[in-house]
Amino acid sequence: MKDNFSRTVAYYPGCSVEGTAKEFDESTREIFRVLNVALREIPDWNCCGSTPSHIYDPLLSAAISGRNLAIAERMGFYEVMTPCPGCLKALKGSIEVFNNPLKRKDLLNILDMPFYGRIKAVSVVQFLVEDVGIEEIERCVLFPLEGITIVPYYGCLLTRPPKSAQFDDPEQPTSLDRILEAIGATVPHFPFKTECCGATYGVVRKDIVGRLTGRILEMALDLGADAIAVACPLCQQNLDLRQEQIERYRGRSFKISVPYITQLIGLSFGIDPKKLGWHRLAADPQKLLTRFDKLSKKRPTEPPTIR
Amino acid sequence: MRIGVFVCQCGTNIASTVDTERVAQEVKKLPDVVYTTTYMYTCSEPGQQEIQRAIEEHNLQGVVVAACSPRMHEPTFRRAVEKAGLNRYMFEMANIREHVSWVSNDREANTKKAIELVRMAVAKLRFNQPLFPSRVAINKRVMVIGGGVAGIQAALDCADAGLDVVLVERRTSIGGKMAQLDKTFPTIDCSSCILGPKMVDVAQKENITLHAYSEIESVSGYVGNFAVRVRKKATYVDWKACTGCGVCMEKCPSRKVPDEFNEGLSFTRAINIPFPQAIPKKATINRSYCIYFTKGKCGICAKVCPAKAIRYDMTDEVVTEEVGAIIVATGYDLFDPSAYGEYGAGQYRDVITGIQYERILSASGPFGGHIKRPSDGREPKDVVFIACVGSRDASVGRPYCSGVCCMYIAKQAILTKDHIPNSRSYVFYMDIRSPAKNYDEFVRRAQEEYGVQYIRGRVGKIYPRGDRLVVQGMDTLLGIQVEVEADLVVLATGIEASRGARELAEKLHISYDQYGFFMENHPKLRPVETNTAGIYLAGVCQGPKDIPASVAQGSAAAAKVLALFARDTIETSPQVASVTERACIACGKCIEVCPYGAIRWKELKGGVRKAEVITTVCQGCGLCNATCPPKAIQLQHATDNQILAEIEELCA
Ligand SMILES: Cc1cc2nc3c(=O)[nH]c(=O)nc-3n(C[C@H](O)[C@H](O)[C@H](O)COP(=O)(O)OP(=O)(O)OC[C@H]3O[C@@H](n4cnc5c(N)ncnc54)[C@H](O)[C@@H]3O)c2cc1C
Ligand code: SF4
Repeated sequence: MKDNFSRTVAYYPGCSVEGTAKEFDESTREIFRVLNVALREIPDWNCCGSTPSHIYDPLLSAAISGRNLAIAERMGFYEVMTPCPGCLKALKGSIEVFNNPLKRKDLLNILDMPFYGRIKAVSVVQFLVEDVGIEEIERCVLFPLEGITIVPYYGCLLTRPPKSAQFDDPEQPTSLDRILEAIGATVPHFPFKTECCGATYGVVRKDIVGRLTGRILEMALDLGADAIAVACPLCQQNLDLRQEQIERYRGRSFKISVPYITQLIGLSFGIDPKKLGWHRLAADPQKLLTRFDKLSKKRPTEPPTIR
Repeated sequence: MRIGVFVCQCGTNIASTVDTERVAQEVKKLPDVVYTTTYMYTCSEPGQQEIQRAIEEHNLQGVVVAACSPRMHEPTFRRAVEKAGLNRYMFEMANIREHVSWVSNDREANTKKAIELVRMAVAKLRFNQPLFPSRVAINKRVMVIGGGVAGIQAALDCADAGLDVVLVERRTSIGGKMAQLDKTFPTIDCSSCILGPKMVDVAQKENITLHAYSEIESVSGYVGNFAVRVRKKATYVDWKACTGCGVCMEKCPSRKVPDEFNEGLSFTRAINIPFPQAIPKKATINRSYCIYFTKGKCGICAKVCPAKAIRYDMTDEVVTEEVGAIIVATGYDLFDPSAYGEYGAGQYRDVITGIQYERILSASGPFGGHIKRPSDGREPKDVVFIACVGSRDASVGRPYCSGVCCMYIAKQAILTKDHIPNSRSYVFYMDIRSPAKNYDEFVRRAQEEYGVQYIRGRVGKIYPRGDRLVVQGMDTLLGIQVEVEADLVVLATGIEASRGARELAEKLHISYDQYGFFMENHPKLRPVETNTAGIYLAGVCQGPKDIPASVAQGSAAAAKVLALFARDTIETSPQVASVTERACIACGKCIEVCPYGAIRWKELKGGVRKAEVITTVCQGCGLCNATCPPKAIQLQHATDNQILAEIEELCA
């Protein structure tokens, strides 16, 4: 493969983007192509271990994720990017264990491969804001999402716990807000941007998710939002896939589209919605897409200069 | 030299982890040491008598006490040996408590270290010389820095005793935070009614010179004789001519100046008198908002001033005040709640701070004493107070309790009910701190008579619902999440060190703690003294406290100054630098490094120059000694020979 990208970053997709969150992966790959960043998928990557492993034994979790990091390091990368905040936390947890002098030896013993712990793990959002930069995103916008109201939803993990996330303000983050503004959307202040959606309780305690996700959806609707932008497969699942369930629970109809931030960026870059996986969303986005089409037809913009 | 060594057991403080008997026996073997003993409490009266008896009986010429820190008892023992006829500088102290017994439980290692420290002290003592203090006259004027209630109290007490007082206040009026308060706990008396008369007293006392809108530029000198340079900032109004009539303020067209006194809840003018009871009641121009200064035209105030007091060409002026003592009473500032994103301070206009609420409650405040919401002027029905915002929270670097917020929350909740009888108040708290006289009763009254709902737990989120705010938190007593819909949320922001406190401390050569509060000399026994002689503390600049405690400290500091000034002269320490003229090569390096300007040139016959120490100015810091290439300048009582002897003994 000829490499004419301006830069390359190690990419850890994680399991959920192979399943329910496929569109997160598709849209991420698409927009980074426009942004001139090559994603190099970590070869033979394995599951991060997710919740079960770190609840069972943090060292196990560190080792499972450590393998992926070690491979990326061997390929010469200093930074690995992942779309899923859950995977991100596992990757960061592994580096934290490495940095703990009492545990490092155990970790390296289990890993049984060279690992130097100098690699940094970042989310797609953090990479977009800190490495690519808002201006660069703005520069690539062909069809601004003008006239469309979108609220950003960060969830619990993207910026927290602050000590490990080291990104944005833990309680009042603005990175997604700024990206949405850069791609032309109207972004009202969303008070529930970091409120919990109920996470995995969707499986065992539907009432909890009904309440927690329900109030997030209601707040978005009350603010007149056309869509909720997300950056986490689990949040997306609760807000989107379970939306009908929650409608029944709350006795209120939502019908609000819940795309990934990368899908929205892709739209503004003029990428075919199909390539961005818009058709995979559960709450039908057609109304939003039609509206976008109508609005954007009127405003042809200069194509971005490709470096 | 005949040396005696006294090893103190300090009850069990030292003896439990140091074998004091062995220390005494070991050092007995040293040359010159003719007498050693241990004692239970050497600082007690019989302990001191024991030293005096031994000096006489054994003809001792020098004494070492191995005990606590010299900062604790060096003066005590110096006095004791002096009484027995020795020069007080023929005494050394080895700190085997703070430096040994309190830091380790290893008895063997401790004992060894104690022996080493005593050996060093003996080695140094062999080179000690009798030194004699000189006496200088005390300048019986006192400076008070900071005109809050603590500083005002100190200034008035000193003035009442007949002293000349110089009061320096950074803002354009004295009064401090108390002037901004509405009523005060636990008696709910009106703050300006009890503070106002004191402020007027300050203005009327002939022996108080007030420099308002002024700051300390630099401080030199020492106890009894300080010289303080005070920068009087340009007010652009000749205060001698200004009558405080207020016409300028009425006519000034620059009307969008955030009113600092009202905590930004209203606007004032570019030329203003901060509040009606201000002392001095004089106008000041705020340059950054003045149209004349920003755009070069206007000049309306100059036209309308009946006293012709406006001076656009005024510049800062620096005056030097000579005083014998300084009381620091610079108070505090408040924590910026925007560190807590979840509360939305700065984002939601109806989330305000406690001090803003004081202004809202006040009859002279932005809403004339009617409780209204900043956003829409509506009268609130449900008010939520949140305690410990920026207090007792290590995650924002403020692990300490601010001490007054529990009480002012109760006060403000009571006042809310008084103003709006059908209102409801809620308090989210961690625990209630109300330990002073009549304080707990006061909080109980809020709960029982006024029906204030106290909810024990932290708030996790505040968000808008319609035009109200939802406060979402935890009730840790019931173990459930709670939501309270409120019209107004008051954050009890914590107390933090006054802006610029560290810089001021460095100018004064006093210490401050990690949060910027000034350090008292001893937390229990010398609470208003600093470790620089002649400089005293009062009020919140030393640590969070309420008005009664601030006033008490103000009076206490005044009493200390009066005690100091009860004498006409003061001894100056002979522990200062001195020049061996034969060795001085006149390079001038010492003059360059001296932070106190205590070294000057002296002309000898034939135009030869030598360095000379002004002993009354020298603070004995030793910088010159370290810098001098031929070591011609030596610090008395810490000469190179003395220090080398200690090191050699340690390495032997
Ligand atoms: C909302 C609120 C309500 C309160 N209610 C009560 C109550 O009801 N009852 C009660 O007992 N206590 C109450 N308190 C506490 C009370 O405000 C303080 O105890 C008291 O004001 C302390 O006085 P002070 O003189 O030490 O400090 P301050 O009042 O802060 O005065 C310090 C003065 O020094 C000046 N200054 C600062 N730095 C310099 C400098 N470098 N050079 C020159 N001048 C300087 C300042 O401008 C200020 O005028 C309350 C506090 C708050 C925040
Ligand atoms: S006084 Fe009360 S509210 Fe203030 S910091 Fe202490 S405990 Fe918290």
